[in-house]
Amino acid sequence: MASMRDIKRRRSSIQSTEQITKAMKLVATVKLQKARSKAEHSRPYSRFMYSTIASMLTRAGSIRHPYLQSGGEGKKAVIVITANRGLAGGYNNNVVRLVLDSGISREEMEIYAVGRKGRESLERRGYHVAEDDSDVINEPLYKDAMEIGGRLLKAYADGEVSEIYLAYTSFKNTVSHIPTFMKLLPLEVEKGGTEGADGASMKMTGADMIGADSMTEEEQATGRLTPMNFEPDAEDALDAIIPKYMTSLIYGALLEAVASENGARMSAMDSATSNAEEMIEELGLEYNRARQGSITQELTEIIAGANAING
Amino acid sequence: MAEDSKKYFRLQIMTPERIFFDGQADFVEMTTSEGEIGIYRNHVPTTCILMPGPLRIYDGDQEKTAAVHAGFVEILQDSVRVLAEIAEWPEEIDLNRAEEARIRAERRLKGDDPDANLARAEIALRRALTRLEVAGK
Repeated sequence: MASMRDIKRRRSSIQSTEQITKAMKLVATVKLQKARSKAEHSRPYSRFMYSTIASMLTRAGSIRHPYLQSGGEGKKAVIVITANRGLAGGYNNNVVRLVLDSGISREEMEIYAVGRKGRESLERRGYHVAEDDSDVINEPLYKDAMEIGGRLLKAYADGEVSEIYLAYTSFKNTVSHIPTFMKLLPLEVEKGGTEGADGASMKMTGADMIGADSMTEEEQATGRLTPMNFEPDAEDALDAIIPKYMTSLIYGALLEAVASENGARMSAMDSATSNAEEMIEELGLEYNRARQGSITQELTEIIAGANAING
Repeated sequence: MAEDSKKYFRLQIMTPERIFFDGQADFVEMTTSEGEIGIYRNHVPTTCILMPGPLRIYDGDQEKTAAVHAGFVEILQDSVRVLAEIAEWPEEIDLNRAEEARIRAERRLKGDDPDANLARAEIALRRALTRLEVAGK
């Protein structure tokens, strides 16, 4: 049985751990609120970006454009958004696991890391990290998303990468964060039953994240789609708009990832704090029992000694 | 009134940070890659690329001006959606900074440095000029 001193020492060490986790939880809560409101403010933009792109592609009919055509030879770039710090439960691991299970082989994959934890654990597994923008995750700006997107688009245009994916954690609410793996480029346009302007329907992996809705009302109202004009022509317009679309998705993903990170850290630290409290309580009981035991033992010894002298 | 409501269309301006404007207008002016355009209701559906320039919103006799820097606009018959990467109201513009940016961009354009990115400097100059024009009033 542990001695009184051991128990006391353990209890005080757990107490100081509890203080740390409590403080970290408070910090994460404050950061979460900030990150959440930022993520929520950026949502309308990505949602409209998505519905505009969807409506454009549907109206424009069949456009031939490198951003829409799959099947180049080249590596597959994956933007992996994780945190720079740990102690956030399974947050970083979930994203990494998603990348590992993505079905893309290690040799084919180029990692564009945002967040040190993800970079480190993928590097350890032998993945090639092409770029590291981990500083960005502390305070993501739209400009950062533009830079990351710009570099990737350049690599895409040069034929170095043939597909671009994004792995991040989407933020549903404080307790539910969903690791998400989605394809950014090439955009997947699915042709409907008939060829022609209104036969094309869009399938984008990001659809449930931003919830496309705007097209249907109008389609229902008019019964058919008015063809869309582009100024300059469709190809140039897509040239200009798709990079913005990508940037907005990356920016949205960065903001959601920050919110998820802090949410994950908050709940991890919350359960750590309550675990610590539980342990402290148990150790308190154990300490009292040990103290009682030692008093009893001392008394027994004294009485036995007295009896021996008297006897 | 019924006729009046036919004149208006819904104008939405979004930036990545916020919903910049959401309301009705009967006429909007902006600068696209093809030149300046003005939009009334029942415009032919069009998508244009925006260039840095002032965006003027007319609603009856009210007029509002904003600086819009990069993005695109989707024009439908009864609605106009502007997706701008940067948009500012006149009161949000820092005149001194814009003036400095103008001088810097002009210097870069005039300079003989072959490495200078002229296209970027030109965009920067247009941005600065837009800001000055919008805020200068």
